[in-house]
Amino acid sequence: MTSFQRILATLRRNAVAAVPTILAIVVLNFFLLRLAPGDAADVLAGESGAATEELMRQLRARFGLDLPVLIQLKNYLLGLAQGSLGFSPRYNMPVTDLILQRLPVTVALMASALVVAFVVGVTAGYVMALCAGRWPDRVLSVVALLLYSLPGFWIGLMLIVAFSVKLGWLPSGGSETIASGLTGVDLLLDRLRHLVLPATTLALFYVAIYARLTRASVLEVSELDFVRTARAKGVGGAGLALRHILRNALIPVTTMAGIHVGGVLGGAVVVETVFTWPGMGRLAFEAVQRRDFAVLLGVLFLSSIVVIVVNMLVDLLQAWLDPRIEAS
Amino acid sequence: MQAVATTQPPSTGRRRALRAFLANPAGVLAVLFLLFVAVLSLAAPLIYPEDPLSMVARPLLWPGQNAAYPLGTDSLGRDVAAGIVWGGRVSLLVGIVAMLLGVAIGLAIGATAGYFGGRVDQVLVKIVEIFQTPPSFVLLVVLVAVAQPSLTTVVLAIGGVTWPSTARLVRAEFRSLRSKDFVMAARSLGYGHARIILREILPNALPPLIVSSSVMVATAILMESALSFLGLSDPNVVSWGSMIGAGREMLRTAWYLSAVPGLAIVATVLALNALGDALNDALNPRLSGPR
Repeated sequence: MTSFQRILATLRRNAVAAVPTILAIVVLNFFLLRLAPGDAADVLAGESGAATEELMRQLRARFGLDLPVLIQLKNYLLGLAQGSLGFSPRYNMPVTDLILQRLPVTVALMASALVVAFVVGVTAGYVMALCAGRWPDRVLSVVALLLYSLPGFWIGLMLIVAFSVKLGWLPSGGSETIASGLTGVDLLLDRLRHLVLPATTLALFYVAIYARLTRASVLEVSELDFVRTARAKGVGGAGLALRHILRNALIPVTTMAGIHVGGVLGGAVVVETVFTWPGMGRLAFEAVQRRDFAVLLGVLFLSSIVVIVVNMLVDLLQAWLDPRIEAS
Repeated sequence: MQAVATTQPPSTGRRRALRAFLANPAGVLAVLFLLFVAVLSLAAPLIYPEDPLSMVARPLLWPGQNAAYPLGTDSLGRDVAAGIVWGGRVSLLVGIVAMLLGVAIGLAIGATAGYFGGRVDQVLVKIVEIFQTPPSFVLLVVLVAVAQPSLTTVVLAIGGVTWPSTARLVRAEFRSLRSKDFVMAARSLGYGHARIILREILPNALPPLIVSSSVMVATAILMESALSFLGLSDPNVVSWGSMIGAGREMLRTAWYLSAVPGLAIVATVLALNALGDALNDALNPRLSGPR
């Protein structure tokens, strides 16, 4: 089987397996949120002060909330097939537009956090493995365990105290300076300055995970026969370290990186709230507070889709990296 | 442990693991600290008989400013130290009960899937996969929002999102153990499924489960603190997370209000993770790398 065929077969198998999962998640989420007390009409009525029975009925009819649950589910699924996640009464706009508006800043935050975590974590883990048992390994192991135990929102607040309140180096919230009139490079730099603290906060936990994983994986690979063979052939130094050990050691680490996408999305809810980062996580939090179920349902659905897609990509990457993984 | 008796008397294995654990200073330190937190939590009504939400002193005393309030007071004059002690009760309670719930569900599903295999396994694996796909914290937020926020619903929701990892772990253990000789022997003696699962396989699958339970308590405490920080937990109960959330309003002037409860979380979670590592080294000696 050529590597192209292998990748195609993996893709097909994954796509087929994902369909029932996605359907089950949608149906489950839908019924879960139906169980919630109070609907969007209640919220709107509550905000406008007193509302008559008549007005409530009109609101419910407008959003289709007065239909039988199964019909509502059918409408939701039909809409989904056309790319619509429903209408948010609270924001007065389609949920898909609302989420797509918020998605880029969340993806920017997640991607920078994961890249930082991966680079720093793998480097630290590799150093730990090289010095296994000696003091750099011990010190880094303790640091990793500490990072692993930090609540994200708390370390975020502490970073704000240190770097924005005390030192005044970095902004404490938002994704860019509002109405700054900046353009080009200045705007980019302004955005990067806003990104530093939230991305660091989100990355810390995963730095620890990748460091520990890389350490274990490198130690395991270093003892394998092909490394000994390479050494016997006279390969040493950086060539052995990068081409033979690290490359093979990274296979389990990439698997975990895929698995963590869901975790990073969950972490983003908290981190975005701390840093008033206008992304999807904050949207989810606002949706809960406003009892805007259409939005909450959309965020939950879309984040599940992101997780499924990323896991597929990781599978493909591995089918390409490692011919031993059979597309059975 | 009776099943492995032919090759290794159970007491030696257990004694060896205990010796290995006691030789690890980090693990012993972690246990001592957790015992300290547990005693403090249990004794909370004796140490601070008053409601931690009651106002007792001048507001915004910094830690060390007044010896009677070593950790200071918040903007309403509530004793931070009392909040830490009472909050620890909530954190530990939620952490332990949610872990037990998650382990119970995960064990039931994982053991059934791994032991029976075939069609049953396929269906259960699919269910686990469905629950593992949505980001667990987002799902947690949804679950708590759907049920009214209270300690009970928070515990149920955390248990409800953490069980899939246990189910996977248990399933893998049961799959590898079910074809072992001692299970065959038990089967040939005519033991029922329940007896084989609970009395033969489960004791042998316990070591990795014990390690993961310690880490699960840590995860549950972190989840509870994040929920109550966001104001999505029981509003009538003081917890470390809600103290940080309340202190956040005064972050610029009185940052100790957020820092102190956070340190309590970090220390407790760190101890639980260190305990997990130490248990792992003691119970799975072959798996642990060079130290």
